[in-house]
Amino acid sequence: MPTFYGTEIASRMMLGTAQYPSPKVLADAFRRSGAGVATVSLRREASGGGNAGQQFWSLIQDLDVAILPNTAGCHSVREAVTTAQMARELFDTRWIKLEVIGHADTLQPDPFGLVEAARILTDEGFQVFPYCTEDLVLCDRLLEAGCEVLMPWGAPIGTGLGLNNIYGLRSLRAHFPDVPLVVDAGLGLPSQAAHAMELGYDAVLLNTAVAKAGDPAAMAEAFAGAVAAGAAGHAADPMPPRDMAAPSTPVLGKAFLE
Amino acid sequence: MSKHVTIRGSGVAGLSVAAELTARGHPVSVVDPAMGPGKQACSWWAGGMLAPDCEGFLAEEPVVRLGRDAADWWQDKGAQVIRRGTIVVALQRDARELDTFARRTQNHRWLDREALAAAEPQLGGRFSRALLMTDEAHLDPRRTLLALKARLGDAGVAFLPEADDRGQVIDCRGLAARDTLPELRGVKGEMVILRARDVTLTRPVRLLHPRFPLYIVPRGDGVFMLGATQIESTDRSHATVRSVMELLNAAYALDPGFGEAELLEIGVDARPAFPDNLPRVCRVGDRVHVNGLFRHGFLLAPAMARMAADVLETNSKPELWHEDHA
Repeated sequence: MPTFYGTEIASRMMLGTAQYPSPKVLADAFRRSGAGVATVSLRREASGGGNAGQQFWSLIQDLDVAILPNTAGCHSVREAVTTAQMARELFDTRWIKLEVIGHADTLQPDPFGLVEAARILTDEGFQVFPYCTEDLVLCDRLLEAGCEVLMPWGAPIGTGLGLNNIYGLRSLRAHFPDVPLVVDAGLGLPSQAAHAMELGYDAVLLNTAVAKAGDPAAMAEAFAGAVAAGAAGHAADPMPPRDMAAPSTPVLGKAFLE
Repeated sequence: MSKHVTIRGSGVAGLSVAAELTARGHPVSVVDPAMGPGKQACSWWAGGMLAPDCEGFLAEEPVVRLGRDAADWWQDKGAQVIRRGTIVVALQRDARELDTFARRTQNHRWLDREALAAAEPQLGGRFSRALLMTDEAHLDPRRTLLALKARLGDAGVAFLPEADDRGQVIDCRGLAARDTLPELRGVKGEMVILRARDVTLTRPVRLLHPRFPLYIVPRGDGVFMLGATQIESTDRSHATVRSVMELLNAAYALDPGFGEAELLEIGVDARPAFPDNLPRVCRVGDRVHVNGLFRHGFLLAPAMARMAADVLETNSKPELWHEDHA
């Protein structure tokens, strides 16, 4: 099971808490998926007074899972840092999922702002979970800045397009064998989550795919099954793909084709 | 024979309960510091859509079923109910949102470009297809609440700023009742009212958008209400620039005629909601509570009023009765 900054989590599934039809459906989704981490946004919810979102956050805290506040909706280093500081106060945690959005339409991370904000927050004692692209050099810089977890996207937030750059994700895994890696964003189907786990990733984080499903709780359970299957498949050391078909039963007594 | 009932709160829940009880012959008084409907109640900022089928896209089944009778109930209470259905559209890039919406909702038919142009000429040129939710209606919330207050006054209902509770108390104070209903939470909504002389929409229009969903409700005389954000926050003090910008942007994308509109009002309030976003009738001590109407005030207040009246008359436990509350 994944360990983030020394805390072991009992599940490889992490769930966002936005866009559900109701808090009750959200709670059902957590229960049926067994997700071990809940990400929570506060940029909009805290506007108009730091505690304005407290009633909803209390419902999340009642889920009894680790809380990972995020800086969703922040488009600059300063916004992200301020939001992280507010999150530390409100949730009493050093964890922060760092999002610095660089492009309003695609919600693509701003790699430069991300590294800068990660450095500032690490210096302030935060334990940063950066939402990043799968760029190897960027990820290297984030580690240098003090991050001990990486959260590359599968595809842009909310698109459900799955794993857009499998080569890049595989390459990250190969270069950083000891860093916890989480595919964050872009997953739409359970099979895509299974694929991420088969690549050797430690966990997946999703939100829209569950929250916007016709039956969010059922979809959360489906994802949990896929994540477990993918992780078990990876652990079992899969056979390499081959071009030559290999019969699984002996062909004694039959003529060779060549 | 009929017992006196004191209703606390004069938003859409309080007035609906008052109207239902008055119609059943109970003497009623309504207690509210504001002495009637106004901007202190979140129903003042409502869209006024009686749209059970659209709401069924996200809401639980009782919302759809119980909301079906709302239009008739309001009309029976003298409200001007406009029954022209709802138009649902999506921008070309989000076309699949519309298919998903159609799959998950009922009582609609597809309009092609010509049919849409015939229904709402300004949309026909901009969207190649739309859904018409055939059984839906809308009303003007403020006009409706004020007319209902006047009608209740004519029927002998007293509106008092404060008073000793007489007889059975029915608490319809919305979020203010959080002092006794701790599960209640606020869900912030922001809205804009504007006058767009170039826009001719005659029925509510919903724009499906993965990030900035919008509805537009015509109020007559070129006035339109744009709504509404939904943020997990109890703040009811200010709308934010970002929220208003998103609403206006979405409206502009729907119809550029909104570009030259006059901004009349920017509104904000917090809707009272329980964790399942369904309303409840419950009893705490000797008070009956009607609360948690969330974004379904005008849609569900009639059904909740009937349930509250049934509780009072027969001590029955209606569908949305919530037993173990406090």
